[in-house]
Amino acid sequence: MSKELIHLNSISKSFDGQMVLDELNLTIHENEFVTLLGPSGCGKTTTLRILGGFATPDTGSVIFDGQDITKLPPNLRPLNTVFQKYALFTHMNIAENIAFGLKIKKKSREYIADKIRYALKLVNLEGYENRMPDSLSGGQQQRIAIARAIVNEPRVLLLDEPLGALDLKLRQEMQYELIRMKNELGITFVYVTHDQEEALTMSDTIVVMNQGYIQQIGSPESIYNEPENAFVADFIGDSNIISATMIEDKLVSILGARFACVDTGFGHNKPVDVVIRPEDVELVSPAEGTLQGVVSHLIFKGVHYEMEVNAGGFEWLVHSTALHPVGENVGIRVDPYNIQIMNKPESEDEEAVAIDI
Amino acid sequence: MRNALKKFYIALIFLFLYAPIATLMVLSFNASKTRAKWGGFTFKWYAQLARNDDILRALGNTLLIALFSSVIATVIGTIACIAMNHMKKRTRTIMMGVTNIPMLNADIVTGISLMLLFISFGFRFGFGTILLSHITFNIPYVILSVMPRMKQLKPSIYEAALDLGASPVTAFFKVVFPDLMPGILSGFLMAFTMSLDDFIITHFTKGAGVDTLSTKIYTEVRKGIKPEMYALSTIIFAAVLVLLLLVNAAPEKKDKNRHPV
Repeated sequence: MSKELIHLNSISKSFDGQMVLDELNLTIHENEFVTLLGPSGCGKTTTLRILGGFATPDTGSVIFDGQDITKLPPNLRPLNTVFQKYALFTHMNIAENIAFGLKIKKKSREYIADKIRYALKLVNLEGYENRMPDSLSGGQQQRIAIARAIVNEPRVLLLDEPLGALDLKLRQEMQYELIRMKNELGITFVYVTHDQEEALTMSDTIVVMNQGYIQQIGSPESIYNEPENAFVADFIGDSNIISATMIEDKLVSILGARFACVDTGFGHNKPVDVVIRPEDVELVSPAEGTLQGVVSHLIFKGVHYEMEVNAGGFEWLVHSTALHPVGENVGIRVDPYNIQIMNKPESEDEEAVAIDI
Repeated sequence: MRNALKKFYIALIFLFLYAPIATLMVLSFNASKTRAKWGGFTFKWYAQLARNDDILRALGNTLLIALFSSVIATVIGTIACIAMNHMKKRTRTIMMGVTNIPMLNADIVTGISLMLLFISFGFRFGFGTILLSHITFNIPYVILSVMPRMKQLKPSIYEAALDLGASPVTAFFKVVFPDLMPGILSGFLMAFTMSLDDFIITHFTKGAGVDTLSTKIYTEVRKGIKPEMYALSTIIFAAVLVLLLLVNAAPEKKDKNRHPV
């Protein structure tokens, strides 16, 4: 792992007696694309604002490259922010917007002109120097906001749901562009979003947050494939989360049927949660299945069929390219390595909450 | 038929509204000294007006007071808006209500209470007391026109400027102030107009020997109406009309720039 750049040291913050962040610890490395992911109100934006200097933590400290910057005002921090709603200066043209930070730093005219050209090229908007922000589309405005931030050569770029206001197609394009920019610039990105797909696509590291706590930190693959608790499993993608009993190492009883799995060390006859992704549920003939059930719903989703199968008193969500009509008797089979075992949540905080987007 | 009726009705409304002023304007160009008959077109009353030192001094006072009071009220009002914008919603609503009251208050009440205040604090009546009272009644008008702009302002604009390295003061003048400008400008013009045509409050807070145009006209008219006064009133009306047109035109123009379709 590369050099440690930012360390959030047991940060707590509350607004009007409402705890937003509780003893949060987080380390961000140089040249990392870190995504803070969680439902609204989970504290991800507050964390970003504390990094940017727009909010002061009640307790704890922000260490940047070995220095405590907790009390440093935003204008003196070596970070730049791309705001949720662009926040372009509407009375200035694009070139003036991009030059804003450089003019304050009293850079030479040639330097600024050079930087504007370079930044516009980077965001694929060459020739837009004299346009006014209002004459640009949402996606273009967001790119200008990014250009305006990066010309200051920040060590870290903070992005607060920058793609939230864009339509799906544009959002996907921008995701690829952000990854490209990050690789070209070689700077650290801290990205806030509630969109799990965005997080999975772009991040090196995902920090899943809920109710002021970090639920899990890991690579997109580990977050998706090995969620540590029911909240993470539920928040990242569709999944079947089922109460089960761990009979012994590598054997779990789900809804009364015994499934082989690969997890060990949970003890004997211990209540656990299991997560099985819908694409990992195999539908076979009833005789071949570990569990038998009936297809109750069927929706065509394009790439696959989405089915609900009533088996063992649980509605299993199943994604499959093979069609099984409603009413068909099927068997359910799951490969051992596709069964993810999780401890039951210890506190209520870890339980899944309604996701409001 | 219906349309013709509608037009007739509107014409009637405007006739009643503007007939008195039109009469005044016509008479100000009447060569005959009596109001009863038309003695030909003339500018002589305007010319006499221009030679009347008392009137000119009053005009000077009026313009100075209008300018100073509206500038000072604009500064105070804008600062007040910044403060109110950072208040909690409840406090802000209460503050807005409090600032609105002086506007709804009868001028005579405002005038008398200001007079009493000045007396009890031992102020010497004169130019200064008129200026102070004009600032007082102008502030609410400034707040009324700046506040809506303030609310439209995205807080992220200010934060973005800070983020790009601007100090709080630079951030305010470079990005917040330009966005507030249309509101500040129309607030200033409104305050200027209000100050220009105030009579009642000025009447109660002016000292002997200091006059604005409106109090001067009042004194002159009591001595008997001279055609010069028609000319003066016409000029005031025209000036206020122009200012009001400016007030209405200023923010609209800016808005058009903002939202090109």
